[in-house]
Amino acid sequence: MSRVLPYPLLTAALLLMWLLLTSFSVGQFLLGTVVAMGASRAMAALQPAKPRIRRWQPIPKLLGMVMLDILRSNFAVASLVIRRNRPDRVSGFVIIPIELRDRTGLAILSCIVTSTPGTAWVEYAPDSGVLLLHVLDLVDEAEWVSLIKNHYEAPLMEIFE
Amino acid sequence: MSHAENLPAWAALLTSALVLIGAGLTLLGAIGTLRFRSFFERVHAPTLGTSWGTGSILLASIICFTVLESRPVVQEILIGVFISVTTPVTLMLLARAALYRDRTEGHGDVPPRSVLRRPPTS
Repeated sequence: MSRVLPYPLLTAALLLMWLLLTSFSVGQFLLGTVVAMGASRAMAALQPAKPRIRRWQPIPKLLGMVMLDILRSNFAVASLVIRRNRPDRVSGFVIIPIELRDRTGLAILSCIVTSTPGTAWVEYAPDSGVLLLHVLDLVDEAEWVSLIKNHYEAPLMEIFE
Repeated sequence: MSHAENLPAWAALLTSALVLIGAGLTLLGAIGTLRFRSFFERVHAPTLGTSWGTGSILLASIICFTVLESRPVVQEILIGVFISVTTPVTLMLLARAALYRDRTEGHGDVPPRSVLRRPPTS
């Protein structure tokens, strides 16, 4: 199994992409399978770290929460742009100690944080696990820390660790 | 060429509303890029365009072509996936370059590198 299919998730994702880009038919399925298997064999030559998904259950909940949070902050930032710059608005850096160590988990966390308007991932120190974020509308620092930790870090740790 | 007249009214309304929302958010992001005061504030504005600005236009495209071709058309999801995977790379690169610049030139209120060494005691 592991020699024929070194990265089953990657192969499945590539096959799905192939089918989405062409059409769902038996011929394309077979052709896509060949291409996906070839590509994941080539990937194996690079020997990347293999991400392990330990639990699947928290993924839909995390996805829904992220979509909602991004939608909400889209409108928050849009209204900040419309209402000119309020003089009392403070933007600033927030320091968050992160316990998540899995590299894939951290990559996903960075995607979430950067896709959310209003928060930007600035710097991360892998040795101490401290993350530096920039927040556009900084009202309460502790609120941002608990948002990142409860909404994103906890489910990501559940999924990957 | 265009079969837009075959689109039922509800789908046409939904599509145009979503396209307008997406374009509006992207425009606001561009205006915000001009209006905000510092680099680290400006870096937030374009993400309006790369999150729901794109998302809403893609959703409109999914609805429009699913109704027109009477079969699920979902390859737009791939565009969304690739945009949300690739934007952090550019944004982090820019943010780190600005951080380095501000630290070496010693201006702005960027936190020093030492804040990352130890977890804050709180």
